[in-house]
Amino acid sequence: MLGKLSFSAIPLDVPILVGTFLGVAVIGLAVLGAVTYYGKWGYLWRDWLTTVDHKRLAVMYIILAIVMLFRGFADAIMMRTQLALAYKGNPGYLPPHHYDQVFSAHGTIMIFFMAMAFMTGLMNLVVPLQIGARDVAFPFLNSLSFYMTLVGALLINISLFIGEFAQCGWLVYPPLSEMQFSPGVGVDYYIWAVQISGVGTLLTGVNFFTTIVKMRAPGMGWMQMPVFTWTAFCTTVLIMASFPVLTVTLGLLSLDRYLGMHFFTNDAGGNVMLYLSMIWTWGHPEVYILVIPAFGVFSEVTATFSQKPLFGYKTMVYATCSIMVLSFVVWVHHFFTMGAGANVNTFFGIMTMIIAVPTGVKIFNWLFTMYKGRVEFTAPMYWTIGFMITFSIGGMTGVMLAMPAADWILHNSLFLIAHFHNVIIGGVYFGYIAGMGFWFPKAFGFKLNETWGKRAFWCWFVGFYLAFVPLYVLGLEGMTRRMNHYDNPDWYPWMLAAEAGAIVIALGIVCQLTQLYVSIRDRNLPENLDLTGDPWNGRTLEWSISSPPPAYNFAVIPDIHGLDTFHTEKQLGLKAHGKPLAPIHMPKNTSAGVFIGLFSFILGFASIWYIWWLAAIGLIGIVATMILRSANRDVDYYVPVSEIEHNEEVYSRRIAAAQAAE
Amino acid sequence: MAQAHTAHDGSHGSYSAYLIGFVLAVILTVASFAAVMTHALSPGMALAALTVLAVVQIIVHLVFFLHLNTSSEQSWNLMCFIFAAATVVVIIGGTLFIMHDTAINMMSR
Repeated sequence: MLGKLSFSAIPLDVPILVGTFLGVAVIGLAVLGAVTYYGKWGYLWRDWLTTVDHKRLAVMYIILAIVMLFRGFADAIMMRTQLALAYKGNPGYLPPHHYDQVFSAHGTIMIFFMAMAFMTGLMNLVVPLQIGARDVAFPFLNSLSFYMTLVGALLINISLFIGEFAQCGWLVYPPLSEMQFSPGVGVDYYIWAVQISGVGTLLTGVNFFTTIVKMRAPGMGWMQMPVFTWTAFCTTVLIMASFPVLTVTLGLLSLDRYLGMHFFTNDAGGNVMLYLSMIWTWGHPEVYILVIPAFGVFSEVTATFSQKPLFGYKTMVYATCSIMVLSFVVWVHHFFTMGAGANVNTFFGIMTMIIAVPTGVKIFNWLFTMYKGRVEFTAPMYWTIGFMITFSIGGMTGVMLAMPAADWILHNSLFLIAHFHNVIIGGVYFGYIAGMGFWFPKAFGFKLNETWGKRAFWCWFVGFYLAFVPLYVLGLEGMTRRMNHYDNPDWYPWMLAAEAGAIVIALGIVCQLTQLYVSIRDRNLPENLDLTGDPWNGRTLEWSISSPPPAYNFAVIPDIHGLDTFHTEKQLGLKAHGKPLAPIHMPKNTSAGVFIGLFSFILGFASIWYIWWLAAIGLIGIVATMILRSANRDVDYYVPVSEIEHNEEVYSRRIAAAQAAE
Repeated sequence: MAQAHTAHDGSHGSYSAYLIGFVLAVILTVASFAAVMTHALSPGMALAALTVLAVVQIIVHLVFFLHLNTSSEQSWNLMCFIFAAATVVVIIGGTLFIMHDTAINMMSR
């Protein structure tokens, strides 16, 4: 009846997990209680959970990403603390079984549910606004994508309290992830969480690709698109090309596990090495899926706060596109030591080094944008400059690792760990936080606190170097990754330094939380309010409308005459438009996404635990909801002109108030 | 959204185009069977001939039956097709390259 699920699956014998569960339960109940007490369920359901508005979905994505950042960071500091303790006679506080789950969950959560969710959130918020669109091409699919991501995140977190998580790393390499060596439910949790959220990501890719191709404002040719939109476009192409590979790879692994097939086993004709090649065929484009939009954020931030047009717009676009293409022919550098011959390793090593060229072009473009600009040192600019320094170092160690001969020594060592955290924290994370600070006023109508933002930056910046430079040293000294205990006295001080770095990063996260709290508390102070909708003297279309924008974004779709049209017209003092208002066609909210998410959760959870009748209910529920949704013709409405006029009038009064204040 | 969803109005080809396509497809199919059944070619040559004939067959189908061409209304379809083909070549071709080289190098085959 309940498959593998029994009371013994709940890890009551692990005090850390019981404590975590109590904490999560208390916070969860407090949130639910507060929503009930203030009678906000209807508001939450109508305005947020069933919304198809890309701006609100963006906010929900970023909230999910921040919650997952806490979870992933908790894993990180647990690992660092274990290694600061587990020296010589001390076994540390995490037994290997638990420690292995922690490092597997850390990577999975940080990539799939922190970084991907954050990236999708930023794309959702910015892309339709930058191209002058009123929503994305498929608003319902956008809501569905969010729920798929959310369900994946829920499944992976439930594995904390019911059963276990995978113990074989964030990419669950066979043969360790096969039934023979991982008979528990951990790998199944991984497979279902990643597969379900992968559906969401693929839909997001298709959705935003279509949006950018078909829904740009009249006059906006390809070379008039803002750089962030260009990077989002390249990312969607990579998503569409690479995520199906992930789906197939994990599908084959699940066939091995569920149906006893032999794709990746050592016997019966299977080939373990094929898994490595396939998973990295997805995995390498994946890291570019994450970092390319961050490059877009830096381009917007640098140009805006240097008060200059971006230096070398065209080279930036070409560099982005070449990175997009090259990222598809480098995947072997993740497994140079697998045993391929010199031909394969040389080809992929050289390709990897070539990627550094367009990336270098970008770094110089940002530097020349700042050169002779009037640079305003706001918090997003701090993150950007921190990125340029950190990412350059990460890129150089990357080129070192791209040499197969050097990789032979450094493979799977902490040098590698230091390298990819160097580019993912220094590139991806710094970029997303810069983007969050930059576009926060657009989403909410008030700015984030600068002081706390800069404190957060300094903690992250210093903490990063303190935590990861020791790992470079340890890697060169021969310490491998995923180690639970060690005896080498040379390593001990470096591990203590890395622990100190993790604590400084923790302070950075505390500063970020404080920043949010302080900003919300002081949101009505005149220096924080964004009345004009253009708090930074921005260049692109999202700054031409009120903050937060109305549901339909643009009362009148703007005409585009070139790059940064909004900024040019602002400087010439041209009025934005004189066109007559017309009723606006908009999509209606829908609960179909919520229900498909719910049934997907049931399907995933039941399949993990072999509860087949429940899995069937989940699957039937998904199909039935989809059919019901398709049969529903009442999916759109028109915003009347009176409502648009009212909103426009409120906006002009806010602008007038802002001008009066000056 | 506000965009109107007009019916698909791509060209559907003329009668003669379908006929040419059909005849070409038949010739290519018969040639494939003949290459194997007459034993006129060595097995290696027959395999090469079949590969070439199959690729030409795919192109004939795309051009005459699926109306893929370089006209402006087909440009996105053509671009998607080229993109898909390139991706497949990189992914499948790359995987074969890697796995073959590994197998030779490790003497596992």
